[in-house]
Formats: sequence, structure tokens, C-alpha cells
Amino acid sequence: MRSFEYARAGDPADAVARFRPGAMYLGGGTNLVDLMRLGVAEPEFLVDVSRLPLDRIEPDGDGLRVGAAVRNSDLGAHPLVRERYPMLARAVLAGASGQIRNMATVGGNLLQRTRCPYFQDVSKPCNKRQPGSGCPAIAGDHSNLAIFGHSSACVATHPSDMAVALAALDARVHVTGPGGDRVIPMPGLHRLPGDEPERDTVLAPGELVTAVHLPAPPPGASRYRKVRERASFAFALVSIAAALDVAEDGTVRDCRIALGAVAHAPWRCERAERALRGAPAGEESFTRAAGAELEQARPLPRNAHKVPLVRNLIVLTLLELAP
Amino acid sequence: MEITLRVNGSRRTVEVDPRVSLLDLLRERLGLTGSKKGCDHGQCGACTVLIDGRRANACLALAVAQDGSDITTVEGLADGDRPHPLQAAFIEHDAFQCGYCTPGQLCSAAGMLAEGGPSAVTEDMAADPALTAEEIRERMSGNLCRCGAYPNIVTAIAEVAR
Amino acid sequence: MTRIEGHDKVTGRATYSAEYPIEGVTYAYPVQAGIVRGRITSIDAAGALAMPGALAVLSSEDPPELAPDADPELALFQRREVAYRGQFVAVVVADTYENARAAAREVRVTYEEDPHDVRLRGDHPGLYRPEKVNPFYPADTEKGDLAAGLAAAAVTVDVTYTTPAVHNNPMEPHATLAVWSGDGDLTVYDSTQGVSAARAMIAKTLGLPAERVRVVCRHVGGGFGSKGTIRPGTMLAVLAARAVGRPVKVALTRQQLFDVTGYRTPTIQRVRLGADADGRLTAVEHEVAEQSSTLVEFAEQTATPARTMYETPALRTAHRLVRLDVATPSWMRAPGECPGMYALESAMDELAIAAGLDPVELRVLNDPETEPESGRPFSSRNLVACLLEGARRFGWEGRDPTPGVRRQGRWLIGTGVASSTYPAYRRPSQATATVENGGYVVRVAAVDLGTGARTALTKIAATALGVPPDQVRIELGDSDLPPAPLAGGSMGTASWGSAVVAACEEALRDGKHGAADTTDAIKAQQDLARHAFGAQFARVRVDMDTGEIRVSHLLGIFAAGRIIDEQLAMSQFVGGMTMGVGMALMEESVIDDEFGGFSNHDFAQYHVPVCADIERIDAAWIEEDDRHLNPMGAKGIGEIGIVGTAAAIGNAVYHATGIRVRDLPITPARLLT
Repeated sequence: MRSFEYARAGDPADAVARFRPGAMYLGGGTNLVDLMRLGVAEPEFLVDVSRLPLDRIEPDGDGLRVGAAVRNSDLGAHPLVRERYPMLARAVLAGASGQIRNMATVGGNLLQRTRCPYFQDVSKPCNKRQPGSGCPAIAGDHSNLAIFGHSSACVATHPSDMAVALAALDARVHVTGPGGDRVIPMPGLHRLPGDEPERDTVLAPGELVTAVHLPAPPPGASRYRKVRERASFAFALVSIAAALDVAEDGTVRDCRIALGAVAHAPWRCERAERALRGAPAGEESFTRAAGAELEQARPLPRNAHKVPLVRNLIVLTLLELAP
Repeated sequence: MEITLRVNGSRRTVEVDPRVSLLDLLRERLGLTGSKKGCDHGQCGACTVLIDGRRANACLALAVAQDGSDITTVEGLADGDRPHPLQAAFIEHDAFQCGYCTPGQLCSAAGMLAEGGPSAVTEDMAADPALTAEEIRERMSGNLCRCGAYPNIVTAIAEVAR
Repeated sequence: MTRIEGHDKVTGRATYSAEYPIEGVTYAYPVQAGIVRGRITSIDAAGALAMPGALAVLSSEDPPELAPDADPELALFQRREVAYRGQFVAVVVADTYENARAAAREVRVTYEEDPHDVRLRGDHPGLYRPEKVNPFYPADTEKGDLAAGLAAAAVTVDVTYTTPAVHNNPMEPHATLAVWSGDGDLTVYDSTQGVSAARAMIAKTLGLPAERVRVVCRHVGGGFGSKGTIRPGTMLAVLAARAVGRPVKVALTRQQLFDVTGYRTPTIQRVRLGADADGRLTAVEHEVAEQSSTLVEFAEQTATPARTMYETPALRTAHRLVRLDVATPSWMRAPGECPGMYALESAMDELAIAAGLDPVELRVLNDPETEPESGRPFSSRNLVACLLEGARRFGWEGRDPTPGVRRQGRWLIGTGVASSTYPAYRRPSQATATVENGGYVVRVAAVDLGTGARTALTKIAATALGVPPDQVRIELGDSDLPPAPLAGGSMGTASWGSAVVAACEEALRDGKHGAADTTDAIKAQQDLARHAFGAQFARVRVDMDTGEIRVSHLLGIFAAGRIIDEQLAMSQFVGGMTMGVGMALMEESVIDDEFGGFSNHDFAQYHVPVCADIERIDAAWIEEDDRHLNPMGAKGIGEIGIVGTAAAIGNAVYHATGIRVRDLPITPARLLT
């Protein structure tokens, strides 16, 4: 780990004021400290934002405002989240371990970086870590990398569970920064890699996530399901956040489908959702919708299993949600 | 940088390099080697301690960021000479072999028992589930044990939870 | 009786190798090869030496003095050649861990790179027959007429199984603290499975007489074979401490464990079986391809269990090895038996299905009178009893063999069975027993790596002395104690216990002191086939939409002589079976064709079972009264638990789904595509 300076910020404005090139914000540290130890992140200055007064969860209009410094465990355990957004509670609880959830913040969870093995190994090339050095994952170990939206420069996936639920919930991310405050609707916070894989998100340097706003929960039933190799404490092979609202006549009034571990960003299944709205809520429509989404899938030689997995998860989850 | 911590009830003021993890501070500077380093990346749980009463991976915590925190390590679990009920139950049920994951398992279990709320295996997110074996297994999955003492770990924790 | 060191372990007082408080300790951090194969052209240490706290850099620019015949994996910085990615090419010593690690990144190494080959293939042109396989078995055996046996068979199977490279991954990463005294004596606190063996290897590598070296190891955080021999990290600490004239600590990172501490070789195993119309075997052939490094030949004895398991008129076993640009594979829990029995016991399941026989019945039917390959009588053999007792407890009777027909909700349910075996050997050991302060002190240079050696030896000594266990104190974990073999090959308790019993008996005769050396007794023992056996039953559930596999229940029944301590034995069996779950469903060190080494080198990517994966594991045993083993009548139990687990699970997955996955691990990806 390179030497660095450290300062604890008192409030968001103080944090932004302290930011300078080479600086990074430190939340719970569960990913940043990990990456610093690997030599992947080499900040010269850490601005500790983990104790900012952004640790409240409170009603906000007909939704909920979650401070960026709220710990993952507090988010998953909050009565309002459990009652009104069980999909989000379940997604948060499906992530990492009890210890890590106690440390990790909402802001940090959103901004965690890919677990691609090449990104994490500084002795190997990686366009995300070192632009222009190449992407060995494309020919190498990509069994748990992207099938949607990847580029010839990067096939990484975003590892968060929480962000998948937030993408399905149409959450809005509040940020502050040198250029002022702004609101970014999910899943728009995270980008696809294109030819700039070094940029995970649309945030500008020095911008700080302050809160996540959850609008009123979608009507109907919702669910988060994560498929992983071992029973717990593992990143997803594929995860799904879905909500389904079926009208009296048995047709789909509205639906939300977002997938995790398939792309550089939480993947909102807009094609599938479009195909479903107004269609009868049944296996045939669900299968067709999954097919519509998967038309744009571009699996790699060693992650083709994600295609049937996505198809099955979409169909099964919607079947479970259908009345 | 100078920081002040409360470690197992004692106030400790130390000068630390910002790069030093809480785990390395405990092990290399404060002589508290009970907390173990198994992976140094939050992936095994051997370093689990209680920070302000909550279980956390000491390897991922920078010592400087813990200024003002209250830390409990495995050395501080017992009440004087009287072992913590979890410590006694781990011995009784042979809940370890090599013992390297054990301090982390114990601190994790102590933290877990105070947590409540649902887990990933809870059916109803709105309910507070009973601490069944299945719930304990899920909640303790952040602590790897390569010797495979899991069934005895679960038995020991369940006994204390009752 | 609970574990003697239990209180120390639950209070954090048990001291592991990196934890000895040594005044003035410094820290060393290695620099690893960034290429797979080639030559170092230069090493520039100037930048590293200019870093804060840096004390020294050692490398092949100025090779440290070592014995000329040192093991090539341990002969650090002697050559410019790079044999595998991650090999240690330099080491930086500094005042703190943080400074050593930061400075190591500033060492500049340039290379001349050669093309490399890190991929084991069944048709690799470099495959050859090794002289012997670990530790001393012939590479090939042949008995009877295999072709005739196969031709005469009513049913045959001809199947190829593969197992990936897997890593021991003990929870305690290998750590060493090296302290040189002013007069050139060396003390090494090392995480090792054998202090006598470690002392001998360190002394040999340095070209020092063994008595100048002392190795101390009071507690080890697991090893499972990877700490059976010393690894380059130990020599790193020893050489760095000699160079800087101060104590040096080396604690390898989890990632470095994947590079330099050994692993189980990947295997490609072809099994051909033939059986007559009644299911009696007419031919057994087991051919194995596996790998070693270009530095050292390590040939895993994968096909050897076929020489022991089943009666057959024709039996052929063969091992082929290829030397690749990889680190040297080594021992991992039940080397040979573990991967070999996965293939053999999976093939037996396929044969049972082909022959229309129950898989328990097929195994019972082919149980031999004498060891099939050698013809030697067994000291005891209770495989059939294990199978039948297991079947009874598991509720095996009436099992419908039809695959893919049992469903509970989203899950398909299946059951499977496999046999286990592991040899019961012992090695020469010394020990003493002395009357001190009204009790006995027993001294033996054994190591307790979590097996419960302290506790088991205390009980063994107490029984031999006819006193309660609290009148016996065991001293172990120090090479200054009477020399003893390492904790490995499931031979620890048998070897040390034999010497302890003899020493205790002599102390009783003498009234004060007894010393024993079992070398002659072991040489004189009868030539018998000595093996433990077992049977494992698995119940799994598989979600065919997601490929998720969960093990609902594992049951192991073992016949391993007399069980010295029920609680310790239970923990050993269950622990082995737990590691078997990992082998079956998740463990794989992913070989990186382009960069060499293993790409998934941490616990987030290399999955071992977590608590939630282990729902129910039961183990039980059949007491054997075998007088041909050792004074305790015990067979080793450290390894047999992992033997057969993966086959039982794989057979259950087939029974659940109708899909026969012949490549471990059985992951969702393998079921979905």
C-alpha cells in the first residue's frame, strides 16, 4: 500500500471542499481498503466520509430517503425497508457477510468495483485499471463476467446486490460535488464500459453520494433472488430483482425486472418489461419476455451458462409473483 | 497520526501510520494476537472483532478511521476469569480443531446474537425469525472454517442462544 | 475430556508462528516472478532500498549462500531461471510490514521471456512414466489379462473423469519467524506439520548440521498437507534474518499461498471396468495423467486405491506425469486416494447402473479376501460392514435407482454412495516419559495441527501408565524434543503413540524415566495390507432451473481400528467430509493459460464451504480389534473422511438429475450447459 494522508470529514460540504486530485472518499472501506492492499487503488489522500451525518433512514414523501452512510445491515434491518421494500432488504441481506454488512455503507456499496480477477491483480493487464493495457478476461477467466452490454475493452460485471434492487425500484441517487448537487436516476449511475472502462459510473471527480431516494414501492408483488455457487457469502452467478403488477383481467399492468452479475451495471430489462406490459401474466408471456431480453445477450465462451440461467430466473420469478 | 481507542475496556493512545489496519495494529503493536489474519481482505472472518459492539472485519478497517471507537477482541470476551458462555460452549462441543478461525467465530457469534432482524434465509422479511440452525448457519457464513467444525459451531451457538 | 489446548484457543492465547513476541523483529515481503518461464536479466533494488524503513533486498543479483544440493523450490535466488509465475525472485526486508510490502513493489525485475505451457492434457506429448509415485509406490502395476477380462465382461464402462487443481487453504497462512543467535544458531518459529522434518530440511538447505537449527511450532492453523514440508516462505525468513542480522517475520498472503505452498495436481483419469452378468468384476483399469513442475518431480499416487479396493482377475493401474511451467504440486489431504477414489467410485456407480445392480450390492459382491494387487492379507477390512451399516442408517433399502424422478418443490432429490479407504501406516518415532512433580511428562516432537494430537497422546500415555489423564503432561511442537515424524499421511497418532506407549512402559519399569525409539519394531512388523475403510452416503437436492446443488445430508461410516477419542474422531471425520463437499461442488484453482499460475487466488473467488453449505453431516464408526497395527490398535483418521465424499455427491447428483458430470467441481455452470 502506498503512503497516503487521511482526514475525517465533518459534513458533506467539508468532504467536497477537502477533495483534490488523487483523493478518494472512504466509506466502510470494505472494498476500497481491499483494493488499496492489492495496489489497485492508490489514493494519495483519503477523505473519510463514513461518519458523516448521513446515517438516517426516513420517510420522504411517499417514499424513503436513505443516507449514504447508512450501514448495509441497518438498511436491511430497518422496519420500513422490510415492510415496504422487502425486495431491497432481501438484496442487501444476500450480499457479503454479517461483518461486511455492518461496515459497508450504502454509498460505498453502489461504488464498489468489479471483482474481475484481472482487475484485482496488478501484475496483469486490465483496461479498467490501466487504460489501453488490454482485457485478458476476454480470452481468459471470464466465467462470471458479463453477457450484456460489454465491449471489446471490458467484460466486467458490477458485483452489488443492493444496486440491482435499487435499479428495479427506480431509486434516485443524490450526489453533491464541486459543481453542486444533482440527482441521478437508477440504473443510470453505472455506465456500460464502451471504450472508457476505467469509468464505472457517471460521477465526476469529487462528487459524493449523499443519499438514495426510494420512490413509493411498485404495486404488486416483488422478489429478489440470487443464484450462487455456495449457499452464502458469494457473489452472484446471476441475481434478479423483479416486481409484477397484474390487472383484474389477468394482464400485466406493470413490471420491473433488473439483473445482477450480467453487465458492467445493474441491468434493467427494458425489453422484457416492454414485452410484458399488457400481455397475459403467464408462462408463455414470461418466456417470450425473457427471450426478448436475451436477444441482446452476447455470452462469452465460458459464461454461456448465464443465458439459460437468466431465462429461467426471469420466467420462474415472474411465475412466483403472478397471482 | 495519533489515535485513541478503547480496546477491551482499556484506553489506548497510539501513533499509527495511516496504512495500518486495525488488525495489524492489534496484532503487531498492541500484542493482541488473538484476532487472526486469514486473508486480509474480509473474505474469511478470522479477524472478526466487535467495533462499538458490532462485528466487523478488522483487516478492512484502517486503524486511523477507528479513532474514538470501542474495540472488543477475543481477549476481551471473557468476564475476568469467567469465560464467555460462547467460549465455554465452543470447548464443550469441540467447535474447532486448529483454532485459527475460532477467535473470529466467537466474536462473530457474540455480535450476531445481539443483531436480530431477518437474514437471507428468512421467509418473511417483516418478521423477526427464531434463531434456528438454518438461521445460525446463514448468519455465521462470514466465518470460514477449513477444519470443517461447522456442525459443532452451530450446536455451540444454539446452546448459548437458548 | 475436552481438548487440552481448548481454553487457550478460545481465549486467543494459543500462539501461532507469526505471533511470538520477539524484540526487534523486522518484516520481509517477497517479490514474485511476473512471467511464467524465462530468465531474469536484471533486478534493480535501488528504488526499494530508498523506500522508508527498507533494510535490505535479497535476490539472485547476489545469491545467498546455500547448500549446493538444496531442493530447487527452496534454493531461493540461486538461479536466474523462472520456472513458474509467482516464484519468489527477491525479498525486501523493512522495519514494518507496511514498509516492506510497499518497498517490494519498487523492485524492478526485467526478464527474457520464453513460451510457456501450463495446461495438463490427456494427450500431452510430454507425458512420461515416473520412477515411482508418492511416496514410494510403483507407477504402474499389471496383474492378469486386462484385454481378456474386458472381452469376457457382460457389462463394461469406459469413462474419463477430471479433477481440477485445488489448494489446501488452511486458515492460517504459512508464517515463519526466524531468529539467528550471535553464534550462528538458528531458531525458526514455523507453521509446520513436522518440527523434526522442518529442522532437517532447513539445515540441509543451509548446509548446516541439524543441531544448529531449532524449529518451534506450538499451534498450527491447519495444514492438510501444505505444511508437511517447508515452503519457500520459510527460507525467505531464514535468509532475510541472516542478511539483516535481526529477527525476520514472513507471513505469506492468502494470494501467495496459491503460488508457492503446493496444491493438489489436476488429474485426468480413465477408468475401464468390466463385470460379468452377476456383477463380478472381470477387469479394472485405472490410468491417470497429472502434472508436476520443471523443478521437482511430485507424482501423486492417484491410481493406487484401485490396487486395494475390489476383487478382479485383471487389474492395471498406471500413472503418467508431465512437467509443466507450474509450481510444484504437493500433498493435500489424502493425496492419491482422494482424487483416485473420486474416479473409481464414480465409475463403480456407472457400472452398477449399467449392470442393473444396487451400488451397495455391487461393492459388497466384489469385496476381496486379500489385497487384489499384492495378494497380501488385510490386517483387518470392514468395508462391507461399513456399507451395510451405512445403508441401514441412511434408509438406503428400497431405493429406486431411476434418475431424475424425485421432486420436492423446485428441487430434484437424489442419493448416492461411495467407498472410502486410506492406508494405515506408521513411521519410526522417538519419545520419552519422565516422572516429574508427582506426575508424568511425555516428550515427543509431534505437532498438533488441529487434529487433537495433544489430547490423544495424553490419553494414550495415561492408558499406558495406568494413571488419570490429568497426571500426564505432553510436550510437543519443538524439534529439541525426541525426534518424531510429521503429522501427515494419517500416521501421526499411530507413529507417535507407538513411541509414547513404549516410553511409558519403560518409565513404569524404571520408576523414573523411559525412552523409546520404534525404528526396529516397525521394521520387524509383519507384511500385511493395512488400510482403513469407509462408506459415505449423500442426499442432494438440485434445482435444474438454476443449477444450484445443496447437500442435504452426508453420512460416513468408517472402520479405522480402535477410536482413541470419540469427540476428536468425530471432528476429524466430519471435517474431512466437509472438505469433500468443497471438492465436489466448488473448489477449483483456475489455471491461467496466458499468465500462468491461478487466477482465482483468494477466498472470494476460490470457494470453500461456508457454514450454510453444511446442513447435516453424520459420522459413525465400526470398532475394529486389529492387533496388527500398533499398541493402540488405531488406524489414522485424518484423511479418510475426504475420500469418497465427492463421488458419493456426484453419484447423488446423477440420481437426482440423470446428468453425469464427470468433471469436478459440479457447479451450476456444468449443469446448465
